[in-house]
Amino acid sequence: MSEPKITPELIRQHNLTDEEYQLILEQIGREPNMTELGIFSVMWSEHCSYKNTRPLLKGFPTRTPKVLVPAGEENAGIIDIGDGLAVAFKIESHNHPSAVEPFQGATTGVGGIIRDIFTMGARPICAVNSLRFGKLDSAEVRRLFRGVVAGIGHYGNCFGIPTVAGEVYFDECYEGNPLVNAFCLGVLRHEQIARGAAKGVGNPVFYVGPATGRDGLAGAAFASQDLTEESAEQQRGAVQVGDPFMEKLCMEACLELLATGAVAGIQDMGAAGLTCSTCETAARGGTGIEIELDKVPQRGPGMSPYEIMLSESQERMLIIVHKGREDEVKRIFDKWDLPWAEIGHVTDTGQMVVKHHGEIVADLPAAKLADEAPIYHREAAEPAYLKETRAFDLNSIPDTEDPVTDLNALMAWPTIASKNWVYRQYDYTVRNGTIVHPGSDAAVVRVKADSLPLLPDDAPNRNEPVSEKYLAMSVDGNGSYVYLDPYEGGKIAVAEAARNLACSGAVPLGTTDNLNFGNPHNPELFWQLKEAVRGLADACSHFEAPVTGGNVSLYNQNPKGAIDPTPTVAMVGLIEDPAHITTQWFKNEGDLILLLGDPVDKGDVFQGLGGSAYLKVKHQLKKGLPPRCDLSKEKSLHDALRGWIAQGVVHSAHDCSEGGLAVALAESCISREKARHTSELIGADIHLKEVPGSRLDALLFGEIQGRIVISISPVYLGKVLGQAEILGLPVEQIGTVGGQRLSIKVGERSFEWGLESLHDSWFNTIDRMMQD
Amino acid sequence: MSTTATDTAPATPAETGQGSKFSFGVLQFPGSNSDQDCVNAIEVLGHEAHYVWHKDDQLGHLDAVLVPGGFSYGDYLRAGAIARFSPVMQSLAEFANNGGWVLGICNGFQILCEAGLLPGALIRNRSLQFRSEFVHLATVNHGTPFTRAIPEGALMRVPVAHGEGCYFADETTLSEMEANGQILWQYATADGKVEDHANPNGSVRHIAGICNANKNVAALMPHPERACQGLIGSDDGQWIFRSLIEHMSAKA
Repeated sequence: MSEPKITPELIRQHNLTDEEYQLILEQIGREPNMTELGIFSVMWSEHCSYKNTRPLLKGFPTRTPKVLVPAGEENAGIIDIGDGLAVAFKIESHNHPSAVEPFQGATTGVGGIIRDIFTMGARPICAVNSLRFGKLDSAEVRRLFRGVVAGIGHYGNCFGIPTVAGEVYFDECYEGNPLVNAFCLGVLRHEQIARGAAKGVGNPVFYVGPATGRDGLAGAAFASQDLTEESAEQQRGAVQVGDPFMEKLCMEACLELLATGAVAGIQDMGAAGLTCSTCETAARGGTGIEIELDKVPQRGPGMSPYEIMLSESQERMLIIVHKGREDEVKRIFDKWDLPWAEIGHVTDTGQMVVKHHGEIVADLPAAKLADEAPIYHREAAEPAYLKETRAFDLNSIPDTEDPVTDLNALMAWPTIASKNWVYRQYDYTVRNGTIVHPGSDAAVVRVKADSLPLLPDDAPNRNEPVSEKYLAMSVDGNGSYVYLDPYEGGKIAVAEAARNLACSGAVPLGTTDNLNFGNPHNPELFWQLKEAVRGLADACSHFEAPVTGGNVSLYNQNPKGAIDPTPTVAMVGLIEDPAHITTQWFKNEGDLILLLGDPVDKGDVFQGLGGSAYLKVKHQLKKGLPPRCDLSKEKSLHDALRGWIAQGVVHSAHDCSEGGLAVALAESCISREKARHTSELIGADIHLKEVPGSRLDALLFGEIQGRIVISISPVYLGKVLGQAEILGLPVEQIGTVGGQRLSIKVGERSFEWGLESLHDSWFNTIDRMMQD
Repeated sequence: MSTTATDTAPATPAETGQGSKFSFGVLQFPGSNSDQDCVNAIEVLGHEAHYVWHKDDQLGHLDAVLVPGGFSYGDYLRAGAIARFSPVMQSLAEFANNGGWVLGICNGFQILCEAGLLPGALIRNRSLQFRSEFVHLATVNHGTPFTRAIPEGALMRVPVAHGEGCYFADETTLSEMEANGQILWQYATADGKVEDHANPNGSVRHIAGICNANKNVAALMPHPERACQGLIGSDDGQWIFRSLIEHMSAKA
């Protein structure tokens, strides 16, 4: 077969710079051929190598005594949850594919992250997602939104994993470049952790799963360049097609095989497919690997080595098996009617050798490919726009005269409105583990015996009872805050996730983050990234929630410019006792409503309205500085709340975020959904003190951080206030639960909302907008 | 508020079998995904459950068989259309024809209809979207092995999770089924009204579940097996399993 000659143009088409090509020449001591060039281009893409972000990511806290597998070592990090059990979790983006083909882009995003989890030996038990779209009044945005939600639903529902939580923001900055971040969590016993290493020279290498096709050619490289209309059109072939049925079988077969002990190493074929899985396993094993492409199951004849190596066909796994135990692979994969093929073996050369028709078509140093991509310390410069956004003067807009209309508008604003249109398309009850369904601050799932992967038949602990565990998770990330102040915004994303966990009664275990940013070659966009990462890292350290892995998605642009820098933070926590599981809605007539945290922040000239939902909805402004996040105060607040929850005092806890105190109160009244068209509404009577110098709009809709609305039985009021005083925490009784109205009095002024209409605009807005 | 099953506290697992343990088979097709939930529910009720692989042509000794939810064979072609050709379905048909008790749930309902063990068919939800939510079920006929323990007038709050759950049969069949008492459950509002508003998929006559003329094979789209413990949202689903257990105990 004649290979094209490597020309400067071909090098550029592969997104490699002249310097990077020089480095390739130095590393291998000769010119690469076409297949090798393709291999380098995907392995050195940002998606696989983190070449632009690695120096920044080093700032993340990654270790605590509970971390069993830290970030960066394997496909996902693993954390101890006690009693010999552990969790593996990670978030990953599929932004660019979803912009091109929303349904398939989203399905394969979910499929990819599920594979990352069972590759670790864990059984995936729940999924979460974080989505961003342009404004819903655009028909094109609705098309993307509809496609992405249907795609996530299709994959998860068919696979049989409950999708238990998520968040969706709508903002014009995401028009044409939606964000689709998918999270998966799995559980396993400590001794079941599997490794993606090609260990044992001479061990056979198996390919399992469906045949390789031309779909998804070089998707990793596609995800690592600016998204333009032209690139989207040309790259339609880079979007893969997902088959959740195949993945379900593949997972069951892999877990069954892992239980036999025959597996020396396992790795999924995700981004950069066969290329990435072979060279990474060899690099981790300190070995080499040799494969023959003729043996790789192929969908059609005439595929070139370049195509086979770079294909991103889905649901495929690479498994290294202890020599002599090949029959166990065959037995189990035949049982599940899955294709398998022995395609090569582990060597001691350190080289990744690829043969085609017996001839060597690639011979590259595995460790260099996997670990020695160039590292760039990009230039960072504070963006010019910040001068203008910071210069915003709150006094230039009048205070509200009509809070009733304002709250109605906020509740019907798609970013704040109920996402039931979304989650009613996701199976969230399968696996009999979901305790708190979508619609509260954090989802809560239980881990029970059948959540765990199979044990070998002769395992001593096979029949031992498993003590149930309760996990809470939340995903958060307000891009507007990060746009206005990347450091503070980064902190807030983490603080909000931690706060949501605290509201559910959980102590944080760890974090996974997805950094969705713009082109790193632009110093202003790189500055956003650098500052946001610093904020995320500081906050993760503070909440003792180490980063166990994640994903970086750069080059998120649309024709009008970069997206708002959007780190999405998924945090997982543990609840000790099922009696401590807490939800956000008010429950009992006569309960007292307390505000934990400050009603106003006197040090903030924007009074909590900078970057707020209120400014956007009422004044069409994204200005000011976001509210300030005091990590120490925030942490003591969470600790205190967990303490009261553990004492059995707290009937509901809801954090104040977008839309401020008024929205948090309204949601506490109307968000309890019992069944189809059956919501339980309960009113509240609120009295807020006027604060001299504070605006009414700021008091009601300001997004001051570190605040939680709780409801308690009246008998505990003295106890809570007393303990708060000892702890030095601001806690105030602001009202009572009851009636069929939300009434808020501020000083002498009084405002009222009927629950039915408040619920209708909040619950049904998205459904109505999607009726086309 | 209406009376739901929870208001009359379900018996503890130890009480439900009156001492004797029944053995339930749970069929496993490639792509079944509520099979574990069925086993979990049976174990919560204090009985035994065993998986039966789709390639097995023998059911072995079983007191009852559950055909679980999921996407058997990926639901390619049509939900349940390929599963009916599995070797295990032959034995299931024999088991059912000999009077064995069979309960299909969700995809299991689709498979039993495709296999001709139940009348009618399940088509795409009228919304053309997947629906996942809790619904209320009203029991139409309390005199069957699948409903006898459900208190008169009680509603069951259980989840649905399906894209093709819209039950359909022609008018003649429906009238016949109604006359024979084969319509077991209908979707209802929280106050017990059987109407459009309560129906998540647009099924004819708001049907959620049915049985065959012999009343030994039943199926429903909602998931009672996912509603057997208060901790996960509801234990109303227990009533259906407890009905069957009560019936088998009476026969034993």
